[in-house]
Amino acid sequence: MHNDWCPGCGDFGIVSAMQMALAEMGLPRHRTVLFSGIGCSGKTSHFVNVYGIHTLHGRVLTFAQGAKLANPGLTVLAAGGDGDGLGIGAGHFVAAGRRNVDMTYIIFDNGVYGLTKGQASPTLKLGEKTKSLPSPNTNYAVNPIGLAVASGFTFVARGYAYDVRHLKDLIVAAVRHRGLAFLDVLQPCPTYNDINTRDWYAGAGCGPEQGGEGEREAAARHSRIYKLEDTDYDPEVHFSEESEVNARLSQALVKSLEWGDRIPTGVFYRNEIITPYEGRITDAIPNYAENPPAAQRIAGPGLTGTEPSTDVSALLDSLEI
Amino acid sequence: MGTDVSWLIGGPQGSGVESAANIFSRVCASVGYSVYGKREFYSNIKGEHSYFAVRVADRIIRSNVSGVTVMVSYDAETIFRHAIDMAQGGDVLYDSALDDVSTGDVRTLDGPFRARLEERLSSAGRPCTVPGALAEAAAAGASVVPVQFGALLERLAEEAGNPRLKGMKRMFNVLGVSLSLGLMRAPRGPLEDAIGAIFAKKPQVAELNKLAARIAYGRGEEIDSPCGPLAGAEKATRTMLVQGHQGTAIGKMVCGCRMQPYYPITPASDESVYLESNQILSVRGHRPGSSLVVQTEDEICAIGMAIGGALAGARSATCTSGPGFSLMAEMLGWAGINEVPLVVTLYQRSGPSTGLPTRHGQDDLLFAVHAGHGEFPRMVYASGDVEESFYDTGRCFNYAEKYQLPVIHMMDKLIASSVTTCPRFDPSRVSVRRGKLLREVPPTEGGYRRFARAEDGVSPRSVLGLENGIFWNTGDESDERGHITEDPVVRAEMMDKRLMKEGRILEEVPKEEQVASYGVRGHTVVCWGSAKGPALDAISMLKEEDGVDVGLVQVKLLWPFPAALLGSLLEDASVIIDVEANQTGQLGALMRQGLGRDPDHYISKYTGRAITCTELLGALRRIVSGKAGKREVLVHGA
Ligand SMILES: Cc1ncc(C[n+]2csc(CCOP(=O)(O)OP(=O)(O)O)c2C)c(N)n1
Ligand code: SF4
Ligand SMILES: [Mg+2]
Repeated sequence: MHNDWCPGCGDFGIVSAMQMALAEMGLPRHRTVLFSGIGCSGKTSHFVNVYGIHTLHGRVLTFAQGAKLANPGLTVLAAGGDGDGLGIGAGHFVAAGRRNVDMTYIIFDNGVYGLTKGQASPTLKLGEKTKSLPSPNTNYAVNPIGLAVASGFTFVARGYAYDVRHLKDLIVAAVRHRGLAFLDVLQPCPTYNDINTRDWYAGAGCGPEQGGEGEREAAARHSRIYKLEDTDYDPEVHFSEESEVNARLSQALVKSLEWGDRIPTGVFYRNEIITPYEGRITDAIPNYAENPPAAQRIAGPGLTGTEPSTDVSALLDSLEI
Repeated sequence: MGTDVSWLIGGPQGSGVESAANIFSRVCASVGYSVYGKREFYSNIKGEHSYFAVRVADRIIRSNVSGVTVMVSYDAETIFRHAIDMAQGGDVLYDSALDDVSTGDVRTLDGPFRARLEERLSSAGRPCTVPGALAEAAAAGASVVPVQFGALLERLAEEAGNPRLKGMKRMFNVLGVSLSLGLMRAPRGPLEDAIGAIFAKKPQVAELNKLAARIAYGRGEEIDSPCGPLAGAEKATRTMLVQGHQGTAIGKMVCGCRMQPYYPITPASDESVYLESNQILSVRGHRPGSSLVVQTEDEICAIGMAIGGALAGARSATCTSGPGFSLMAEMLGWAGINEVPLVVTLYQRSGPSTGLPTRHGQDDLLFAVHAGHGEFPRMVYASGDVEESFYDTGRCFNYAEKYQLPVIHMMDKLIASSVTTCPRFDPSRVSVRRGKLLREVPPTEGGYRRFARAEDGVSPRSVLGLENGIFWNTGDESDERGHITEDPVVRAEMMDKRLMKEGRILEEVPKEEQVASYGVRGHTVVCWGSAKGPALDAISMLKEEDGVDVGLVQVKLLWPFPAALLGSLLEDASVIIDVEANQTGQLGALMRQGLGRDPDHYISKYTGRAITCTELLGALRRIVSGKAGKREVLVHGA
């Protein structure tokens, strides 16, 4: 299927980074599933040559978790818009965080509802007026990184759509992470978001005339964006003590508030000490990993036999009178 | 005439009415009777009035009757609610300590009911008190038997050597059941066995309850009563005593449903909880299997996860009630356009909105038929009772996979909260047919096409994780590979491909699986779902008592609607009588639309209470004798 995003759309960078990441990891195509929501971003699943499931607006995580739980051997990625995941789908976002199923969720964060012609998305800041808004945005913005951290995602990172190489590395790390990984990808939408443009991210508007050391520095770097890994920031929860976990969580929350002249990218928080949801299933179903729902023998004899294999006679005996 | 007893026990929600009814049902079932019990309760956890009405007979029964034969009441509210429904020749066993209670003392007696009762008592010149209400029972021909529940409890405390028991009003339940079983001269052994079985995990509690049972049974035996004796009946071999949700739950285990995400809602969640409680499954000649039950954040996630599981190749379902099903509507369309085999078990209750959250209704038929925007194929299939629901569950999964579409399996609150005897489920009668499910995909040039054009509208189905089986899905219209298209020709072809399945279903599904006919006569009842029980009972009463033969046809496949089959079945019926637990007659609407034939009479009930065979019999009598209007509205029950 041909790609129909607007010329210059940040989505191109994201899909390239995904393809590069999948290639680098050498995952078998048929063991990999890309789920997507609805929006410009939702079309991504049609542009990658793995299983592609383009779902419903706001609901991508529900489908993705179901497939992963039925067959934990799959590598599952979910992708969608900021409206998709943080507006209509915000409840699923929070619940998925609490569950921590081993998969990766990527939000294309463009500040607008692209496919419905540029209304404000949940990440657009209060008072901002992108070009197709009749009046300035009347809502405060949600903080995707902060929400992910608070909800229980165990890998939380931010990338930039035009830094494809860095984004590719982040995707690889996210997929390799054992647990639910979240990637907030800053994505310029040249058609509707005339505030957070490529130039803006590159530092336009930052400068000495506005004063402030950070701004001068950003102008010198030719970007508002910087990488956490270039600083002494350490996102990793190293040991399972409450004080350690709380310190990393609060550090990530504080870092997530940084915006404007200095915008951090990279990994904000990572905790592999927490058991993913699959591990908790195994507590109740000891052979879940080897014999998950999709792999179970339900009829016989042979592969095509029609006799039910499940033996419920003990249960029926207990009901017999 | 043989045995046919309607026993009722009531009490505040949370006070143990259920275990009392459970003991009673077990005893009666174990001595060979057919048992049909139903639980009524408020949307409340503690304190509001709940009751269990259990009917026991020496022939197969499938519904409740109006009128109570033996009532056990250790709280005033049960007397106020049900003394006015006593049958001639019945017995009220009540706690004489309640003699001073008046209607105004019972906080949970809601305004409208209290007003109606007080009006009735005053116009009969009776006080608005427990004795006043009991006088109504006596006037109806029941005997009123005062029992000192407190004294029984004191004896129990004494014999058990535990003075603290004197205050244990919870014991009133077991005292009440045993009292009534003594009164009806039921054999003693099964009573102690039933208590032993129910409290199997708590031997001390079991012993105490057995002692209480002995004391109360003895007291009951002292009472002279025309009710009974419950000496026992010829026991059918291999009978089970099952709760309403166990049919679909065990059906799911047997037919291989391995994934059930759900969100809690009455009366659906009992099924999921039961599945989870029996999660590890024994599999013949293979390692153990399991049902993965996931409590989700809402019903949208529940159905989304179920679809995800189905895409991965697991037989998947979710289980919900009206409010949850409303939330699932968009997803249903996605499953339709992507041809996903999925089962939604829909335990209806009374709507609209939260409606009567814990009460019965068959209000959601047309919604199930139409839920979701756009046109896509689906099946709506309804079971009439718990036994059917076991076998139907397996069928629903087979249909879902054969035709690759969502199947909505309609159940309801009446079935869910019933406890009945039924023949032991026979898993060997269930088959697992997975349709065009692919286990491997040969490499082909151009790749696998999930929605390849097919003569029967059904394409070979790959699942996630299959080599060479990669496909795409989208809620948009798509081409054969599953990629988005807006091409007008492809669109029309794809619509035809999907919707032709409905015609196939009507052609291929065996007729007896579409419509169950119990005989067509001049007057014939049509019904669906749990209205089957009272309908079957009422027509056999009509035959026995009046010598009048009325036919009965139960529609099981509600969508696609088997209009031609039903039309030809009903050709010889000159008068069609639609019986449903809703206000508008939704099956009737499908008949008008599909057959162009409007049922001649509609018998409707929408009080949130189940149709009793007694009131249905009355309505049928009026119809048969030409004294009925087009609409007969039933209202029995508290
Ligand atoms: C239930 C539902 N409501 C509304 C829509 C219309 N709709 C399509 S895309 C979209 C918003 C897309 O914005 P976003 O999720 O940020 O994705 P983007 O297009 O920006 O990538 C909306 C509201 C829909 N498809 N489904
Ligand atoms: S509207 Fe914006 S997000 Fe959508 S394709 Fe165009 S540039 Fe990209
Ligand atoms: Mg957006």
